[in-house]
Amino acid sequence: MGKLFGVVLAVIALVSAYPIVMHHYVQPVDISTHGHAIDEQLSDTMAEAGLSFLGAQLLLAFFVFKFSNRKPGAKISQLPGGAKLVVAAAFILVGTEILALGVLGQKAWAEVYFTSPKPDAVQVQAQAGQFAFYFRYPGIDGKFGPLHPDKIDEGNANYFGLDPANDVESRDDVVTGEMAIPVNREVQLLMHAKDVSHSFYVRELRIQQDFVPGLDLSLHFTATKVGKYEIVCTQLCGLGHYNMKAYLNVLSQDDFDKWMKEKASQQ
Amino acid sequence: MRAKVIPITAAVTLIFAVGLLHARAGGGTVSGKVTYEGTPAKPKPIDMSKEPSCAKQHATPITTETVVTGPNNSLENVVVYISAGAPDDSAPSQPAKFEQKGCQYLPHVLAFQVNQPLEVVNDDQTSHNIHPLPKVNREWNKSQPSGSPAIVDKYDKPEFIPVKCNVHPWMHGNFAVLKNSHYAVSGEDGGFKLPNLPPGKYTVTAWHESYGEQSQEVTIAGSEAKTVNFLFKAKPY
Repeated sequence: MGKLFGVVLAVIALVSAYPIVMHHYVQPVDISTHGHAIDEQLSDTMAEAGLSFLGAQLLLAFFVFKFSNRKPGAKISQLPGGAKLVVAAAFILVGTEILALGVLGQKAWAEVYFTSPKPDAVQVQAQAGQFAFYFRYPGIDGKFGPLHPDKIDEGNANYFGLDPANDVESRDDVVTGEMAIPVNREVQLLMHAKDVSHSFYVRELRIQQDFVPGLDLSLHFTATKVGKYEIVCTQLCGLGHYNMKAYLNVLSQDDFDKWMKEKASQQ
Repeated sequence: MRAKVIPITAAVTLIFAVGLLHARAGGGTVSGKVTYEGTPAKPKPIDMSKEPSCAKQHATPITTETVVTGPNNSLENVVVYISAGAPDDSAPSQPAKFEQKGCQYLPHVLAFQVNQPLEVVNDDQTSHNIHPLPKVNREWNKSQPSGSPAIVDKYDKPEFIPVKCNVHPWMHGNFAVLKNSHYAVSGEDGGFKLPNLPPGKYTVTAWHESYGEQSQEVTIAGSEAKTVNFLFKAKPY
């Protein structure tokens, strides 16, 4: 009976590990230059997690199979070194696994976060607030005007707290409710939280980054396919979280220039 | 004895009430126009794409309403009221209705009296969270999912109260809670009319959410009609 249980365990382990190791799932379309690295990293993580799971379960099945029918009077044997050695081995094993994933993943991470964007990158500031995203472009002067939280006046569409009466740089800033970017051109995204933590998630871009109040983060990416995609908040931020979204419009350079001209005229 | 007192009291009260009504109906009128000079801020289009059920109700995007102007420099949404000279009136039982429709507050400026019932209605297919921001009255904010019954409340002190929605940052309106029934909100042509004013000396005040307040003195004798105009200085930012 014990041996049968060992065999059943091994079969369950094999059947459940198969979909994890092979991970046949449909990926959303990838529209970024760095997305493939993230996908490979995910794929590696799945394979590694599946194989570790399989190894541990097969080991368990083996022990169940081998030691299930203990004869009367047989002695219990222990691993040399006792519990301490087992705990130390587990630490080393799990540590190596996490370290390996980190080393493999750091390239994908660094490409988005730790390198500087090209000088001609399009700058967009994204501001998350309960419960909408707003975007700001620096305008013709290429400079963002300073933010004055006391000047925020949402009824007057001043979502960022600009003071164009006193700040010259703010006068040509373009504030929009949708984010448009040109295709095949690098975009530097500056992230600013107005109130609580939010998140910027575009699955097709393979970007998911939290907005942290008081900490302006920067990342950069290049979109490679024209289209309209959804930006959603993936950090529970309050009552209207379920409804907090905006659209990312990837346009050809010509269409982007037209869009920018139209938005600038509305400011 | 008691049986006689009641009808007599009732008759006297009725005569007095009719007389009072008559006197008020025959009172003077203050009317005029609110205009601006200078360059007002440009209305900005509002992006509602995150709320499709609201966005589809507007063929062209609605614009910000902090300054709404009409032809010939007229200024809309100005509350013109008697700030001094008139006695405080008791509140009417008729509720003042504030609508949330197409993710917009209708009307943008709602004037009503102290202790008059305020009725907030959600006509949209989405949740709203109405949040008036008073300084002297009691503050509250209430969530109102689609299909909820009207929220009914009242304010017991006169005040101008900005109103926002905690779900839709662009939604913005105003309550004007006033002491008496002599008030009007200027229309598209900037015009207003305060009828039924008994003879007396009054301070007429005009309030605009962006441009502030200004007052003028006016004296009404008999049932005369006086004209009072207000001119606000517009700012481009």
